[in-house]
Amino acid sequence: MYNKGTIIPGLIIFVLFVTFPIWFNGLTTAGDLPKPELPPGGEKQCVMPADYMRANHMQLLNEWRDNVLRDGNREILEINGVKYPKGLQTACMTCHSQKEKFCDSCHTYAAVDPYCWDCHLTPNEAASKEVTH
Amino acid sequence: MDEQRRKFLKIAGASVVAGIGAPAIIKLSASPAFASGHAAPAAGHAPAAAAHGAVEAAPKGVRLGMVIDMRKFTDKPEMLDGAISACIDAHNVPQFPDKKNEIKWLWKAPFENVFTDQSAYHSSKRIAETDFAVLCNHCDDPPCVRACPTQATFKVESTGIVAMDFHRCIGCRFCMAACPYGARSFNWQDPRPYIKKYNKEFPSRMKGVVEKCNFCAERLALGQEPACVEACKGTGAITFGDLNDPKSELRAVLDKEFTIQRKPTLGTKPSVFYIV
Repeated sequence: MYNKGTIIPGLIIFVLFVTFPIWFNGLTTAGDLPKPELPPGGEKQCVMPADYMRANHMQLLNEWRDNVLRDGNREILEINGVKYPKGLQTACMTCHSQKEKFCDSCHTYAAVDPYCWDCHLTPNEAASKEVTH
Repeated sequence: MDEQRRKFLKIAGASVVAGIGAPAIIKLSASPAFASGHAAPAAGHAPAAAAHGAVEAAPKGVRLGMVIDMRKFTDKPEMLDGAISACIDAHNVPQFPDKKNEIKWLWKAPFENVFTDQSAYHSSKRIAETDFAVLCNHCDDPPCVRACPTQATFKVESTGIVAMDFHRCIGCRFCMAACPYGARSFNWQDPRPYIKKYNKEFPSRMKGVVEKCNFCAERLALGQEPACVEACKGTGAITFGDLNDPKSELRAVLDKEFTIQRKPTLGTKPSVFYIV
């Protein structure tokens, strides 16, 4: 074989380069499935089953938003004696109080950047300057 | 050859004249003023004349409104400050140091700025020295709603509140230009650092969004009174209720006292009344 010294290292570099996604995932944690932290308060139920929420929470939030703001329907949901006033801050974040460990874990993995928190306050943020009535 | 070109130019010229002229002729002959020699008065003016100074149409449904008794606030100006700070706390209203960035939900203004169509010439000392409480008038015919290109601001039919959906606001500020009461403010910068205390039940706003008083729709839903009304509880300074309900406390006050509205001649039908 001619030019053995160049071709073999070249082939090795090529194979390493092409298989980059495979070994990079193996070596780092970038590809691990996210594990969102369940509510610290230990709540077991949500307004909908977990499977539904995992897939459709964004539609549900949009529906709530339109109910509350546009249709003036602020009816408080009651499920098994627990009251949920429709709203990200008034319902969701009361149980899922760790946005950084719950919401962000999947959103970062899926590389989505929802603009909820441009306006809505996370419990941590709200606690930083709390109203003292 | 020459003959043909001459003919062509003639026809082309005539077609251009006809093409430009025809729509104008159709438009003129279609409008009643020109079609029939004796024109009826243009239809557009009739409703405007009726609305001017006329009694408002028969009320339907709920229309939330407010009477502000300025006599009570003159006696206790600190009560108005209390109401304003209650509003600020309830809605995460930022306090920008520069007045030109001010975010106003419920604020103070002198008589001549509030009632611009009333003469302030030789007004009493009390009026001249009193700061008036001003807020969104939640008009029955709100010009801001007509101006909004995204329907981010709209009238809630069940309450008569002129509400905002901050999610939809694109920050075009048409509503600010349309509102004759200056009741809308724009966030020129991120409001978060300028919010003194957070109410965790209510969102803040982001840069590039217009905001205004929402008559505490979120508190009404919980059966509470608006924050400013609650802050003045028991003094009768602010009466809140349904303008269309003849049995409401609000109507009792309106029946008893002489009240004025801001810029009634504009026909926006404000729902906030003042006892001066």
